[in-house]
Amino acid sequence: MSKKSASVWTSIRFWRRSAAWVTGTATVLLIWLTFDTMGQISMGSDADLAKGIKHRIPAATVINYHVDYQFDQKRGHEVPVIGEKEKFFGKEWSAKDAAALLHHGKLTSQAKNCMNCHTLLGNGGYYAPDLTKAWLDAKWNDGTMTGITGKNTKEEAMAEFLMHPSQYPTHARMMPDLGITQDEAVALVAFLKHMSAIDTNGFPRNFSQSAKRLEGGTHAH
Amino acid sequence: MLINGELKYESQKLGMNYFRVALVLFGAQLLMGLIAAIQFLYPGFLFEIFDFSVSRMVHINALVVWMLYAMIGSVYYMIPDETGEETVGIGLGKLAFWILTAAVAVVVLVYIFIQVGPGNESTIWFINEGREYLEAPRWADIGIVAVVLVFYYNVFATYMKGRRTGIMTVMVANLFALAGLYLTGMFFTDNISVDQYWWWWVIHLWVEATWEVFVGTLAAYALVKIIGAKREIVEMWLWIEVLMLFGSGILGLGHHYFWIGTPEYWWEIGALFSSLEPVPLVAMFVHVLYDWGKEQGHCESKGSAHALNNSPAMAWVTANAFGNFLGAGIWGFFHTLPQVNIYTHGTQFTAAHGHLAFFGAYATILIAMMYIGVQGSYGIKKMTMTFKTKMALTLIIFGVLGMGVALTIAGYEQVLVERADLGGGWDAYFIAQDLPWYIQAQGWRLAMGVVTFVGFIYLAWDLLTIGAVESAQEESEGAAAAAAA
Repeated sequence: MSKKSASVWTSIRFWRRSAAWVTGTATVLLIWLTFDTMGQISMGSDADLAKGIKHRIPAATVINYHVDYQFDQKRGHEVPVIGEKEKFFGKEWSAKDAAALLHHGKLTSQAKNCMNCHTLLGNGGYYAPDLTKAWLDAKWNDGTMTGITGKNTKEEAMAEFLMHPSQYPTHARMMPDLGITQDEAVALVAFLKHMSAIDTNGFPRNFSQSAKRLEGGTHAH
Repeated sequence: MLINGELKYESQKLGMNYFRVALVLFGAQLLMGLIAAIQFLYPGFLFEIFDFSVSRMVHINALVVWMLYAMIGSVYYMIPDETGEETVGIGLGKLAFWILTAAVAVVVLVYIFIQVGPGNESTIWFINEGREYLEAPRWADIGIVAVVLVFYYNVFATYMKGRRTGIMTVMVANLFALAGLYLTGMFFTDNISVDQYWWWWVIHLWVEATWEVFVGTLAAYALVKIIGAKREIVEMWLWIEVLMLFGSGILGLGHHYFWIGTPEYWWEIGALFSSLEPVPLVAMFVHVLYDWGKEQGHCESKGSAHALNNSPAMAWVTANAFGNFLGAGIWGFFHTLPQVNIYTHGTQFTAAHGHLAFFGAYATILIAMMYIGVQGSYGIKKMTMTFKTKMALTLIIFGVLGMGVALTIAGYEQVLVERADLGGGWDAYFIAQDLPWYIQAQGWRLAMGVVTFVGFIYLAWDLLTIGAVESAQEESEGAAAAAAA
């Protein structure tokens, strides 16, 4: 404005400068926080896993360990608990092989467009169950899906299901056959197991309570 | 929208081309949405032929792309008005338009006919990247960056050459951020938390920061253009909006970092700043209505009846002012606090907010820009609403509101039963999906989707015909007046 403003509140120059300062400050704060967050969410190492040092996102070799999700009194919500070693598809995976498997699994999860039906870490489509803690889902642990697929372990049952999902319907809304190969299915299961070990600040809350509640039928039908 | 003979600048004609493609993609978006809505009710519909993952992917991609087209079109349209200059690299701009349109067509055909690929890099490069909203394969990402560079050069160079208004200053600065942010969503990582961290930089810093500022800029331009609002007042408001939108929106990003593996401090940061996000939306609402009332008052005191020279556009700008506040502001605030979001995250609540916000904040103002474009194309002095304009407004607004309410109810069922009661998981999910009230809500969503689609047909029909009808009317009135004199 060429004329002098009556008050600073009607001065374009004042608001322009304020906008620039506020935007700049917010941006600098965001960048600073991003550096801190990146440090906290980079993947841990295999050595740390063996020593029991916790990382928000563990190394790919977490697939060699038992993963659970338990209430933490101090934090007031559930957190992933990495337990004893357990075999994954009948063997222990080296750091290199586990990383390669996770890489393949993550790529496959994108190539098959999982996210447009399912949610991952709660983000995605809302047409199918959330996969954040799918590895820990009662459905795979209570004998339902191992029984239906005729497999001995849950990882094998998951892989079999992923390869031929519409052969094992559990609901009118089925997962379509996406041409997932054996290798891709194994890699996807590793990706899901790894995701279940991510510290999500307690999301989802009271996960899979339904397993206990639904014994003997549900109130919803 | 069929011809643009009255436009003096090539830049504005190019803008109209962008609007035409945007309208086609808008229609495609709604059709895909209808298919996806049917699949919720009848899961066998097109099963293993055209699955939900595909219909939804095309639904949300068509949405993003039609909006980007309409946004680019709006900028090319306003450049000559604001700067007083023809766009500098208009030849290059036209070439970029055809390249982009050909690329979009190829991407969509691949989505529809190839759908998914093997789990390796080739799929990410050539079929789809499998990241919600940013599914475009990498070759297309690179192409988009090239086209956007041409576009940005055109905007920046013309701005530097011509008159530098406050509106264009905000536009140039904001577009720089908007275009640059796309780069943060273009890489692959095995770490899904890092993946989603940067994914949100694109999604959130687009729709809750730079796109909102873009809307503020368009609203400012539209108010000057439609009601002759005083530029100094409009531009002052615009800077206040930039301050509030970026002040709340940039750190409001934190509300996406509650549950993806990121540290707890995002709870407080996200809660605080995203709770402030509705404030500028209230301001924008007040601003539009206040300026309109003020100019109308001036007109009435001078004895002329109507301050508007384009009532269809103004109706959509008003719908924007209200819809932005309601859809983005209120529906966003509903579930932005972590205490609530732990139950609502990943439910139909998000879908309800998404529908209301994308429509209220963006679709509305972009439709207004299309009407401004039609007015210019046919050289209409005072454009008024036709029956079709009113049908489009009524049916689309009623339809989208209806979908929003239905999805909110569906989300409410999910939150209470699937999440709070049963704690999520496979069984809990399907139990909630089978609740009679959930299914009823999905039924209403489909019905309201059909209403929206019928409204769209009126809208397209109106945009295609209103120019010819009203310019002929003005001509005959002019001739009659001349004959009488």
